[in-house]
Amino acid sequence: MNRNPYSPHTDADRRDMLAAIGVSSVDDLLGAIPSDARRPALGLPQGMSEAEVQAHLASLAARNRPAGAGPFFLGGPVQRRYIPAAVPALAFRGEFLTAYTPYQPEISQGTLQSIFEYQSLLSELLAMDVVNSSMYEGASAVAEAALMAVRVTGRKRVVVATDVYFQYRETLRTYARGPELEIVEVPTRDLASSAAGVACLIVQHPDALGTLVDVRRIADAAHAAGALLVQVTEPHACALLEPPGKLGADIVVGEGQPLGIPMSFGGPYLGIIACRDALVRQMPGRIVGETRDANGMRGFVNTLQTREQHIRREKATSNICTNEAIAAIVASVYLALMGPEGLRAAARLGVERAHRLAERLAAVPGCGIGNDGAFFDRFLLTTPLGEEAVHAALRAEGIEGGGVAGRDGYTGRRGLIVQCTEMTTDAEMDALVRALGSTVAGAREKVTAR
Amino acid sequence: MRLPESGAATAAPALEPLLFELARDGRAGRHVRGAENADALIPAEFRRREPLRLPQLTEPQVVRHYMHLSEINYSVDTGMYPLGSCTMKYNPKVNDRVAALPGFAEIHPRQDDATVQGALALLWELEQLLVKVTGMDAVTLQPAAGAHAEFTAMLVFKAYHASRGDGGTRRRVIVPDSAHGTNPASAAMCGFEVTTVKSDARGNIDLDALKAALGPDVVGLMLTNPNTLGLFEERVRAVCDAVHAVGGLVYGDGANMNALLGLVRPGDLGLDCIHINVHKTFSTPHGGGGPGAGPLCVKERLRPFLPSPGIVREADGTFRRSSDDRPRSVGRVRSFFGSFGVLVRAYAYMRTLGDGGMVETSEDAILAANYLAARLRGRYELAYDRPCMHEFVLSAAAQKKKGAAALDIAKALIDEGFHPSSVYFPLIVPEAMMIEPTETEPKETLDAFADALLRIADRVDSDAASLHEAPLTAPLRRLDEVTAARHPVLRWKSPS
Repeated sequence: MNRNPYSPHTDADRRDMLAAIGVSSVDDLLGAIPSDARRPALGLPQGMSEAEVQAHLASLAARNRPAGAGPFFLGGPVQRRYIPAAVPALAFRGEFLTAYTPYQPEISQGTLQSIFEYQSLLSELLAMDVVNSSMYEGASAVAEAALMAVRVTGRKRVVVATDVYFQYRETLRTYARGPELEIVEVPTRDLASSAAGVACLIVQHPDALGTLVDVRRIADAAHAAGALLVQVTEPHACALLEPPGKLGADIVVGEGQPLGIPMSFGGPYLGIIACRDALVRQMPGRIVGETRDANGMRGFVNTLQTREQHIRREKATSNICTNEAIAAIVASVYLALMGPEGLRAAARLGVERAHRLAERLAAVPGCGIGNDGAFFDRFLLTTPLGEEAVHAALRAEGIEGGGVAGRDGYTGRRGLIVQCTEMTTDAEMDALVRALGSTVAGAREKVTAR
Repeated sequence: MRLPESGAATAAPALEPLLFELARDGRAGRHVRGAENADALIPAEFRRREPLRLPQLTEPQVVRHYMHLSEINYSVDTGMYPLGSCTMKYNPKVNDRVAALPGFAEIHPRQDDATVQGALALLWELEQLLVKVTGMDAVTLQPAAGAHAEFTAMLVFKAYHASRGDGGTRRRVIVPDSAHGTNPASAAMCGFEVTTVKSDARGNIDLDALKAALGPDVVGLMLTNPNTLGLFEERVRAVCDAVHAVGGLVYGDGANMNALLGLVRPGDLGLDCIHINVHKTFSTPHGGGGPGAGPLCVKERLRPFLPSPGIVREADGTFRRSSDDRPRSVGRVRSFFGSFGVLVRAYAYMRTLGDGGMVETSEDAILAANYLAARLRGRYELAYDRPCMHEFVLSAAAQKKKGAAALDIAKALIDEGFHPSSVYFPLIVPEAMMIEPTETEPKETLDAFADALLRIADRVDSDAASLHEAPLTAPLRRLDEVTAARHPVLRWKSPS
């Protein structure tokens, strides 16, 4: 019996194949491998049956606490959203899921048209000219946007707002080690006055805390200084807020996970990157374009490939090859199913619940809302106790109380970043309000007792 | 000509209308609803004034649309996919199912360690498996793909050299002329210059040329082994020694690791690190272009520079995220911990194979490639005549002289019912056809594929021009890629 259950070869097949090659064993084909290093003992466990693998993985999964297990207010770039049943049923069909990059367009139109539709849908949502076929995820997309701005402007200084997601700023700093860029972090309110001599200003709207930002003013300042404006955004917000293309953004980046992709502990996700027409030759990654076949039928191909590594090697706009194509298809199916009204409804539900919840939480003695202005579907909850103590107390009640702002380097911010979506229920909100109230009251009693 | 079954009007004759062409204002599903008045909570100056012209469709329409599109897509679930260096092996379904378990799919990356012990345990166990298979000492699971791992490794190299005081002087990365394009592109993203070294007559790195290119300004070498010719580097230790002698480091591009499982560990050959394309070697589905995952495995001396955080196993058997073992980390290269859902699939696959299954995988991959090469070498020129590993490269130069280029042969393979091999890569073989059958194709399929290529060789001899018309049986004929690039149409635009 074969030791690899997916290996189709019988012993007779193997004998016939060896005979056709003219050798007596596979070892006769391994002569180039240093003999003293050949066939090392790996020390791996023995293989499992499918049922054993399923049981083993299920036992590991059971040691995690999924979002549905209790009140859940974590969010940020990664959001618990409703995923229509048809999304996985369609996007994860084997014909899409087990295809390679569409190098042969005649037999890859399913992938190619789906990606073209993704580019079209996102262009419409963001009001941008061009969207590429996907980047890895939000953080590396931000870094690639900065590299793109550096190529366009010939400048090596990048200014990023401190209220951009901390993972994005950290990743940007890592990428900057390569070309040795200067990365400067300033509060959002100081972005506009920091544009002199920079490649780009990077602003997030809504920002990491959910605050709405006047992007136009910052874009004008960037453009007056010959710099580009990079806006980090999120897809649901764009359904209700004036989109980046109308705010002066030159490059738009974001995390596409909320568009029907499971949270899955950090990935795989969908990096969104979009730009104006004039910048398309500096865009990283694959782009699908429309064309005709020899019979005049409409078809789609990977295009503008002279930007890419397989043609341009060290002169390419990026090294990206494998991307997140299936995630782009997931996002397309999601948007097709939701439609404009469905997307708006999901976004509105998050906004409505966040505002209702914020009002109730702010009524707890000593608590407040720490956003600098109006917020969208998440907010900064300030508390009279330390943010870590409150977070731990909520955790003890089985509540994921949100992100801890101080852990994440949002300069000067302390509190919990509380996210709402269409999945947030009244019962969850009641539980949070109740638990916060008793935590704060309990702390006061201790103080009073002393 | 096949007409769109939906009856929707299209801008041009088309296999399937676009979503936008299927839509009619007023159609909608009802996947979520409520909060109709929430717009009032948003200050007027921020509200969207731009119309939101997403297509309006019902779910049945959407289902038919994507079913139609799926029918015009070739995949490894539907047939052999012998793209060289892409390792299009079968993708086991149980791996997809376990990755979708709520305990994996519905956990947020910012949850406390205590609530994600199963996920951390899985990732830690996966790291141990990767260490054993590669012969390295430490792993980062962050990189999202092979190219991302290359870039990560170049940053690690840069940090390593800087820690030794010669970060400023080491500026050059050596790349063989057979390398994937991502290698030089990754080095360039890191601010390094690229020096290309040629291959010798046996398909190895030309050792003399390598030694001539080496010097105190060298960061390191990027080595794919087996290389893109499918050949094992015959003097791999001498190559590594030469690089180390000038203080450089050797990076292993693990794109072709499917040839080496249990047969040799890169860490035993002198390499300082290697990435793994789990979407190749460890069977995770490629998704029409991604996602992948590119864990980077390194020797001890590079551990302190790895991306943070990593995962630590405590004495009590619990796990936590930690950066303790990487004090000089280059930082994070993406959000969170990599393509977790992909890594779950890879772990399930590795546990399915186990010790014996690993070895058999590579043995069968090598056997299949050498068998196909033996069947085809009489009619197509074998670029390098020595035993190959898991893939091999033919040259259609002789066929081109007769009037049919590698591209024509690829298109003729489509009419034979197969996905073509990679063509025109590696760049050092004229009219290259790079064939990787993988271990999961039965001998009957290998024979059918060989028979198809032999029939095509006959056609080239008798009527080469007829291949220019291929494919004739695919959903579309050849596409005009020149016009697509000259006059880019990159999204649907309303005809009005």
